[in-house]
Amino acid sequence: MFKIVSRRDLAPNITEMRVEAPLVAASALPGQFVIVRVDEESERIPLTICDYDPEAGTVTIVTQSVGYSSQKINSLAEGDCFLDFTGPLGRPSDLIDIDPEKLRDMKILFVAGGVGTAPVYPQAKWLHEHGVTPEVIIGARSKDLFTYVDEMEKVAEVHLATDDGSAGYHGLVTGLIRKLIDEEGRHYDHCVIIGPMIMMKFAAMTTKEYEIPTMVSLNALMVDGTGMCGACRVTVDGQTRFTCVEGPEFDGHKVDFDEAMRRQNMYRENPKTKRNLNHKCTCHG
Amino acid sequence: MAERIPRTPVREQDPEVRARNFEEVCLGYDAGEARREASRCLNCKIARCQQHCPVHVDIPGFISRLAAGDEAGAAEVIARDSSLPSVCGRVCPQESQCEGACVLGIKSEPVGIGKLERYVGDWSIAHADERQVEIPAPNGRKVAIVGSGPAGLACASDLARLGYEVTVFEALHKIGGVLVYGIPEFRLPKDRIVAREVEAVKRLGVKFMTDVVIGRTMTVDDLLDRMGFDAVFVGSGAGLPRFMGIEGENLNGVFSANEFLTRANLMHAYDEAYDTPVYAGSRAVIVGGGNVAMDAVRTARRLGAEAVIVYRRSEAELPARVEEVHHAREEGIVFRMLTNPVRILADEQGWVKGIECVEMELGEPDESGRRSPVVKEGSNFTIDCDVVIMALGTSPNPLIRDTTSGLDTNRRGCIVADDNGATSRPGVFAGGDAVTGAATVILAMGAGRKAARAIHDYISAGSQDN
Repeated sequence: MFKIVSRRDLAPNITEMRVEAPLVAASALPGQFVIVRVDEESERIPLTICDYDPEAGTVTIVTQSVGYSSQKINSLAEGDCFLDFTGPLGRPSDLIDIDPEKLRDMKILFVAGGVGTAPVYPQAKWLHEHGVTPEVIIGARSKDLFTYVDEMEKVAEVHLATDDGSAGYHGLVTGLIRKLIDEEGRHYDHCVIIGPMIMMKFAAMTTKEYEIPTMVSLNALMVDGTGMCGACRVTVDGQTRFTCVEGPEFDGHKVDFDEAMRRQNMYRENPKTKRNLNHKCTCHG
Repeated sequence: MAERIPRTPVREQDPEVRARNFEEVCLGYDAGEARREASRCLNCKIARCQQHCPVHVDIPGFISRLAAGDEAGAAEVIARDSSLPSVCGRVCPQESQCEGACVLGIKSEPVGIGKLERYVGDWSIAHADERQVEIPAPNGRKVAIVGSGPAGLACASDLARLGYEVTVFEALHKIGGVLVYGIPEFRLPKDRIVAREVEAVKRLGVKFMTDVVIGRTMTVDDLLDRMGFDAVFVGSGAGLPRFMGIEGENLNGVFSANEFLTRANLMHAYDEAYDTPVYAGSRAVIVGGGNVAMDAVRTARRLGAEAVIVYRRSEAELPARVEEVHHAREEGIVFRMLTNPVRILADEQGWVKGIECVEMELGEPDESGRRSPVVKEGSNFTIDCDVVIMALGTSPNPLIRDTTSGLDTNRRGCIVADDNGATSRPGVFAGGDAVTGAATVILAMGAGRKAARAIHDYISAGSQDN
């Protein structure tokens, strides 16, 4: 059993939990994910690691309620336990393999969208600890949907963008990328994009125009998450790849996003998940 | 004379009924039936059945005890060579092993060795509480087992009996490996059989840690260098599902058999009370002819789909157990032999709407000795379907080979190990599908047991040096 030692709501339907999982915390690196199960009947749900503390033995996850299973996760309270919490899974971010000397000379841009902001944090924090201050674009529909801005500002130069103009740049992250490069004359050597699939698709198209090497972190459907089921397969550069063991980060300029988006919705119309989505959650009164 | 007694038929669920449930198909022998079937055995001096058993169970020995009504004695005889009789009795390909070699089979039908083994195994489970388990004094040495499938369970129980402190690390949330995620409930009941076999291993003092992925949560190097294990046995099983490389394989509605079966078996997706979904469509085409293909097609049938097997060779080459093919036919599975897919067709939303195939004919024998299938040019045709399941085997999982120093793997990515499971890295042993590629439960179990002896020798030799 894996105890939730703290829990807070970051935005409507977005919850952060710090979970006691010492073995995972001891081995976690930026870019990796965990698979959690709430109870015996639950699905195995993959979630990107948002922070980890080997000394405290805790791992932080951030979950957005979109369907039955994520609602079930977010209905857990402080002190409750996950039945299963497995990881760290997937390959760590490529950034940690770059020679630290070389890294210090690099200008690194993160583009975070929605609930994808939290998983950017461990990567930005890791860079900051290694003497690099990256830039992070955080995009949201509106300013009350921002998460992890305060944390991020401690480790990175943050640029905000909102669709409705309620904070920061008024427009999409793609517009802000252009503005930073074209109007402010900034230059980037490497970009990492994490967020909703559609945002990653268009942000990656934008960085391709500027020829910035770009990684994206894919949140594909998974069952076991250890390289057994193949549910997470994606097409990268015309090749089928398995997100769970070869990812979750892939070259953003080579991912077939249209296929990835279609596959992500595979079970949306499943009678069982439909039943689940109609389930009235009484957890929040 | 013995031919006068015909082989005792085994009771089974009615095909019409069982095609709509997940209860076990075969109901097994009762005591009277088992004794009658056991009495058919000629107790051959040169026991061909035993020679053809991958772990050489003393088959005439256990059957003669059974014929005398001595179930406990029969169980003891089997236990010398096999730690999972109730599993192997259900899933071994007896027709190409023990029963295939039975002398009675020449003129009549072979002894029902598999069903008798199952009877003894189930008897042992039912009487487990009555027997005192002797756990030897701890010898102070620790062994880690990676994976809780048949290889790992067998290795763990043998080492525990020798006094080792054994910890089994399992990546998934449930213990049993392929016995829980792969083989369906209707062939191998999870609570009644698998969980009880696992309990028996636990009673020997073996510790299990679920949710630990060796190669990620910790590495084999960690186990040996940091955590004080004297040796490691890797029984991590088969790996990534293979696909054909044809157009349309990533369409919605195309699954690997591993995904489909894991959803159904491990995640109980067929049960309304569980959250995990599974989709079998209205017509599901399963590509392949092995046991996994049979498990997938029969699962799809039970989920309400019209279920079709597409296999590129002919029925004679089907690698699946004869009993599975027979059961599948009884359950209304359609077999399209000498048929090979060339592409999967999509509807406007990117879901499967059909599979285009070609007819095949058998040509010259290939390196496997089987006649190789050759395409009949211009024979293309389409089967309408909304689900395609690929049951084409697996390629090894990269996690352990990529994270263990000094561990040799072969061209195909399987761990290289000798007959006793020793790898290129001292202290690291391996067996089962991780070494051989996809094979059978009994071979994995046999490899686990051989490795246990080799680990014992390795650690004992080391102690003398010190």
